[in-house]
Amino acid sequence: MTVGVAVRGLPERAPSVRRGRFYLWLRRRSTIAVMMCFPLLAIITCLVAYPFAYSIYLSMLNKAETAFVGFGNFLFLFKRETFWLVVQQSILFALVAVIFKALIGLIAAHAVNTIPSKGQRKWRGMMMVPWVIPPALSTLGWWWLFEPTYSAFNWLLAEFAVPAVPWLSDVFWARFSVILVNVWVGAPFFLIMYLASLKSIPEDLYEAASIDGASAWQKLFHVTLPMMRNIIAITVLFSIIVTFANFDIVRVLTQGGPRNSTHLFATYAFRVGIESGDIPLGAAVSLFMFPALAILSFVILRNVRQRTVNI
Amino acid sequence: MANVSLTNLHKSFDRTEAVCGINLEIADNEFVVLVGPSGCGKSTTLRMIAGLEEITEGDIRIGGGLVNDVPPKDRNIAMVFQNYALYPHMTVFQNMSFGLRLRKYPKDEIQRLVGDAAEVLGITELLQRRPKQLSGGQRQRVAMGRAIVRNPQVFLFDEPLSNLDAKLRGQMRIEIKRVHQHLKTTTVYVTHDQVEAMTLADRVVVMNNGLIEQVGTPSELYHQPKTHFVAGFIGSPAMNFLNCKLFKDSGSLAVSVGDILKLQMPADRNTRYEPYLGRDLVLGIRPEHVHEKRAGNEVQTEVKVNFIEPLGMETMVYFTVNGVELCGRVSPEADPRPGQTAVLSFDAGKSHLIDPETNQVL
Amino acid sequence: MTNVTRNNGALSALLGSKSNIHVNRRWALFASYACLIVFVIFFLCPPFYMLVTSLKTNAEIANLATNPWLIEQGVTTEHYSHLLTETAFLTYFKNTVIVAFFVVAITMVVSVLAAYALSRLGFWGSGVMATGVFLVYLVPDSLLFIPLFNIVGGLGLLNSYWVLVLVYPTLTVPFCTWIMIGYFASIPKELDEAALIDGANHMQMLLKVFIPVALPGLIAATIFAFTVSWASFLYPLAYIYSDNQMVLTVGTVTTLIKGDVFHWGGLMAGALLAAAPPVILYAFLMDYYIAGLTSGATKG
Ligand SMILES: Nc1ncnc2c1ncn2[C@@H]1O[C@H](COP(=O)(O)OP(=O)(O)OP(=O)(O)O)[C@@H](O)[C@H]1O
Ligand SMILES: [Mg+2]
Repeated sequence: MTVGVAVRGLPERAPSVRRGRFYLWLRRRSTIAVMMCFPLLAIITCLVAYPFAYSIYLSMLNKAETAFVGFGNFLFLFKRETFWLVVQQSILFALVAVIFKALIGLIAAHAVNTIPSKGQRKWRGMMMVPWVIPPALSTLGWWWLFEPTYSAFNWLLAEFAVPAVPWLSDVFWARFSVILVNVWVGAPFFLIMYLASLKSIPEDLYEAASIDGASAWQKLFHVTLPMMRNIIAITVLFSIIVTFANFDIVRVLTQGGPRNSTHLFATYAFRVGIESGDIPLGAAVSLFMFPALAILSFVILRNVRQRTVNI
Repeated sequence: MANVSLTNLHKSFDRTEAVCGINLEIADNEFVVLVGPSGCGKSTTLRMIAGLEEITEGDIRIGGGLVNDVPPKDRNIAMVFQNYALYPHMTVFQNMSFGLRLRKYPKDEIQRLVGDAAEVLGITELLQRRPKQLSGGQRQRVAMGRAIVRNPQVFLFDEPLSNLDAKLRGQMRIEIKRVHQHLKTTTVYVTHDQVEAMTLADRVVVMNNGLIEQVGTPSELYHQPKTHFVAGFIGSPAMNFLNCKLFKDSGSLAVSVGDILKLQMPADRNTRYEPYLGRDLVLGIRPEHVHEKRAGNEVQTEVKVNFIEPLGMETMVYFTVNGVELCGRVSPEADPRPGQTAVLSFDAGKSHLIDPETNQVL
Repeated sequence: MTNVTRNNGALSALLGSKSNIHVNRRWALFASYACLIVFVIFFLCPPFYMLVTSLKTNAEIANLATNPWLIEQGVTTEHYSHLLTETAFLTYFKNTVIVAFFVVAITMVVSVLAAYALSRLGFWGSGVMATGVFLVYLVPDSLLFIPLFNIVGGLGLLNSYWVLVLVYPTLTVPFCTWIMIGYFASIPKELDEAALIDGANHMQMLLKVFIPVALPGLIAATIFAFTVSWASFLYPLAYIYSDNQMVLTVGTVTTLIKGDVFHWGGLMAGALLAAAPPVILYAFLMDYYIAGLTSGATKG
């Protein structure tokens, strides 16, 4: 029994002695790193950073993009009532929708986590459906549910002798509807985030709490929620960004109506910039989102920081 | 097969200096074990030999050739890691043959080499399994198999057994020894387990704070430690240390520990100890040289036992002398009881005297 | 002393009445199932209603007297066959597949390379860059679609689906890089060192060790990139207007609606068919995707 007699092509020869080669190799390592990151850098620079800078420049031009008007577009927006409606609706939309998404997500995650683990996958799978369908398409379904003449919801209400609801034509109900659809689309995301974080809480913490005589509510408030705090914070902040910048739902459901009452920054910018052809004004509208996004991102980053430090 | 030589080897990380000038010659076919407390630079030294860590200063030669600038794959070494580092997505066969495949060995040769290595380690039946389906000991064997298939010039082991339970560790120790006797490949082995070091090594290198304290065969380190650190580090339970004074007692030299203990030093050490007469020194004596009363001219002292540790074959007794807790090793028949007195004898001929200023053993 | 009695009390309360625990547990289960049923009805009612509508005859859809939630006058597939034969639906489908394919390919290559470099080749500025990648992920499409409109217009790409292949990576690459960094970072360092000693160079290390070991992450990232490029709505709506360049989301929502009468049956059939590929993908790979998505946040 002999092991590995012939070893071919391995340096029986004394390896070469020059120091230079090592530094060459070192250099090559960082060169490789930069080369590997280059496509990413190119995408970020050309398609994110540059457009952003360009957007600031654009927002200071006149409609024909021929003259520099400074803050003219911004001042013009300040004087428009519609713009303030958009600001108000965007904030209302983001906050109310996120609160309900977070609540539904939390309750659903708890419910799923309570039932025997055999059935959890099935229930979770069913509740993920809204999040899996492209939102523009599922909103189409909602639109049909809200359709004034044929509304299937109103048909149900009529069965209980409740008068028909003007889902998309009344200001209050239109706002209600876009928020409802957004909650429907976004709640599953909270569900899976919370479920993952619920499952990562070690079981013995609950056992220790039981031995200490904690009730179910006390366990929820003293074990579960504190353990989930970080993930709840990140998910909520993240969802505020996404909801605040939403476009699809409002665009398909109400196109901003009735009387511009459901416009968000994104849909309003689209209306002004693409549809009415005033690109600089549209750029100015979407830039108004930036401060809010920047602050939220900064807060998220502080939560996520630990991980990047470890890399 | 090759010798390895480290010359004035240094390694500093950003702030800390991990290795501060190591000189070591490892002969062909030798099994050298690096031991030392945690953080003393054992792994760093090994990783510099492997080429995984850049050398700050000094030279490493393998088989006579300077390898400072040679990347790991061209050093013709193999390494076994503490957590095995098996590729989880490959079968045992693929794990073992990965290096050969990257070096474009012909298929039938790969088959033969892996087959032979698997046979040496007794893992032939496991070749088609994945690492997840193996026990800790089997994984360790596979990791060794991966190292030996390439028939490297040098094997490097970094605490390969510390993830295993005590029993398996014993078995694998024997296995490693067997493989080394079979292949005779030069081996550098890092551990902090003394038993591993003593049983496996041709020579043991004791490191501390990035420096080599002593190099020697296991028995040299045990019987003739050169420094305070080595004396205390080798042997378990550790050597007892007592502050003492050297004086002349009716023609021969003796040490006294407070007023309690007086030990006559053997006459053949007179010339060695003479210059230190009247100095404060440290007396080192191993627990096995503090035992129950036996025939002979050893010093006997009555002590009060603090507590005992019966180990079956022998019993460790702990007692206080001059404010220092000492350990002795007595036969169970002596039956020491905590709180009671016992008569113990000190084997002065086996003791060491240490100069506390230089920390050298005299 | 008080401590002891209190603990005893708690312990006996805990152990004393086993049936009490049992009852509580039953109630918790009951409440959970009740919640789940309510939520599932809420979550599934629109897709269900879309399916029902798409299988009804036009006459029944128009008939206000019938129950809209049920099919009472016979199932028909006429909307589907009309969709596939008389409309540009299949063109949209083909365009979407092409776009999704290229976006996924570009995204995976770019983000795997970058994630490997950022997680393993630690170079000057790599930490900042990893953070930067995460920040870019937070930039929504609605912030940049207007300047990009001018930019792609300048490139002459307006009204071509290749513009989507160009701009979608801004939505997919940052997140995919981020989750791949997470997966790569969880591979123990010893594994690369073993591969280094075995003689692997960077490319071999990436292809033969990292990618196979991080395969679940790779699958999650792929699904993410696919979904984003399939579901995106704003960019195609802003940049594409010809029928032969249109993708599914916008095509279904805009062109199928045209005409005086809404063809609700056809519209719902279109929406369902267009949504089918991602839904089917999820049905099979849901676990990978969820693991990838949640690891992005929970590992932090
Ligand atoms: N990558 C590194 N960056 C900075 N310092 C390091 C690095 N690796 C090791 N060190 C430091 O170098 C010193 C020696 O480390 P080394 O890993 O060689 O110790 P060791 O003897 O192997 O210890 P152990 O028995 O715990 O494995 C330690 O103080 C350690 O903190
Ligand atoms: Mg170590």
